Amino acid sequence: MNEYSKKILKVPTVTFVREQDQGKQPVLDVRNLGIDFGGLTAVDGFNITIGPTEISGLIGPNGAGKTTIFNLLTGVYQPTRGSVLVNGIDIKGMPVHKVNKLGIARTFQNIRLFTDMSVLDNVKVGMHNDIKCSFFESVLHLPGYYKAEKRANQKAMELLDFMGLAEFADTKAGSLPYGVQRRLEIVRALATNPSVILLDEPAAGMNPSETTELMHQIRRIRDTFHVAIFLIEHDMNLVMNVCEAIAVVNYGRIIAKGTPDEIRTNPAVIEAYLGKEEGDANAEG
Amino acid sequence: MKKLNRNQVKNASTYILVTAAFLILQVLSTQGKLNSTTKGFLVPACAYIVLAVSLNLLVGICGELSLGHAGFMGIGAFTGIVVTSLLAEAVPNGVLRLVMGMIAGGVLAGVVGFLIGIPVLRLRGDYLAIVTLAFGEIMKNVFGNLYLGVDETGLHATLKTEGLTLAEGGKMIISGPRGATGITKLSTFAIGFVLILFTLFVVQNLINSREGRAIKAVRDNRIAAESVGINVTAFRMKAFVVSAFLAGMAGALYAMNYGSITASKFNFNTSINILVFVVLGGMGNILGSIISATVLYILPEAMRGLQDYRMILYAVVLILVMLFTWSPKMKDIISVVTDKVRGVFRKNEKEAAFHE
Repeated sequence: MNEYSKKILKVPTVTFVREQDQGKQPVLDVRNLGIDFGGLTAVDGFNITIGPTEISGLIGPNGAGKTTIFNLLTGVYQPTRGSVLVNGIDIKGMPVHKVNKLGIARTFQNIRLFTDMSVLDNVKVGMHNDIKCSFFESVLHLPGYYKAEKRANQKAMELLDFMGLAEFADTKAGSLPYGVQRRLEIVRALATNPSVILLDEPAAGMNPSETTELMHQIRRIRDTFHVAIFLIEHDMNLVMNVCEAIAVVNYGRIIAKGTPDEIRTNPAVIEAYLGKEEGDANAEG
Repeated sequence: MKKLNRNQVKNASTYILVTAAFLILQVLSTQGKLNSTTKGFLVPACAYIVLAVSLNLLVGICGELSLGHAGFMGIGAFTGIVVTSLLAEAVPNGVLRLVMGMIAGGVLAGVVGFLIGIPVLRLRGDYLAIVTLAFGEIMKNVFGNLYLGVDETGLHATLKTEGLTLAEGGKMIISGPRGATGITKLSTFAIGFVLILFTLFVVQNLINSREGRAIKAVRDNRIAAESVGINVTAFRMKAFVVSAFLAGMAGALYAMNYGSITASKFNFNTSINILVFVVLGGMGNILGSIISATVLYILPEAMRGLQDYRMILYAVVLILVMLFTWSPKMKDIISVVTDKVRGVFRKNEKEAAFHE
């Protein structure tokens, strides 16, 4: 056992499931997940359970492996060890688009919108598997096409309106301000009818007032759509205010799990972020 | 009146422009105002327009560079020739026979596109371009060595250099390097026009649908497209097959306009020419492809009088057009003009609203 696994044992094992989610099947059940890139162990022994209506956070210093974990959860990387269960189904060996269909949607740290398409079309791409319209109906513009398009437009506008983006519907996504692009990514993720949304640094590049608005929106998304939200964020104000449970990773391993209050005072976390105090080091030595 | 959105206006204007051009040319032609050389350009121009639009679907909309479009054109051409000559007695109606030939050519090109797509679409960018280039050359060589004939015992085909020996009364349809000869010219300008309309219908409908959005999404950001549940390979394949299908139909139309045709027509040069139409007309711009295919096809033909200098002039025109459309100053001028035009329209709209 190395020093990190020792530390995990010290951490009280808090369940990542809210009271109202007790007894329900978790949307995300990750067991002993790990991945090696060549000789480098990027993630190891990652366990997490997320209930159906939970907002949880994943924090850790730069390079701790947070985005790698997201890539493992969405099927971009195939894990070397362990398993990921989305709504009870193991995603092992599935291509990315199939994993999405199981109910897991995400946003990206470096925004990945369809820049040459309109905002409305971006959302409608998100609704891809929701729009029931066959290839021939599309090509020949049969009545089924108009019905599907009408419904898609309506739902896409509702979603945009929900996030306060309705005014941008006809704008090209690439020409939007940064903060709006981030919110559009969230709408696009919502459009896939997920049961859990992974947000990779949703507040990056946002000013304080935008961040405050985002916090409200994250809660509203959970309350309106009854989805779980799992987010990576460096903005501690947002994480501590919005998340009900937090996992801290460093060097690809969980070093602490718990409620915001527990995390705030956890010595392992403080050490990971600020380093060891000299006095402590002497005392131990 | 229900307000049309920008896409619908753009689509409708493309149909209107094409139809207007067809009507003008058709009237001129019936009045005898067009000489026979110009008339000879009409059907190939239609074929090239369809080829340019179909390649634009692949290169502009889907973002996959293909250098083998002439290969699909060739499949369509030779399939069309074989089908129409086999059906010569069964289907006496020329138009119907040509349509059947075009559909057969399109379907076979689509099927080959699908089969080629399975290994090829694992590749991206430059690699895809190289493999499609090789595909075009392979197709050219296959047709250049194919002997195909029919007699009372049925259809015979071989790739052997000594060719075929048919039973008495048999008829060679494709004879190796000499190509297909004795083709009944079935293509007409009207059918070419209908094929253009069909192509526009298919491509424009596709672009503005769930399928088209998925194809564009794959082009804009593959990783994001996957993450919202789009099967990237399937949609690249759909674009590839539809593009091949339309190219096959255009190939059949093209071939049935001549008395004889050889495989060397469907070489690398033709593929590049079609790509030039697409690039010059603007990636993803359907109307642009139509205009540039027409102008760039007619231009070297119209300059035949200049003999050896015509290809130099053609190249100079290409370079100038590229410089003009890409220079920032020219872009400024164009945007000022379009803004003014739009401004006039808006003003009219506002006034109309005011008077209501």
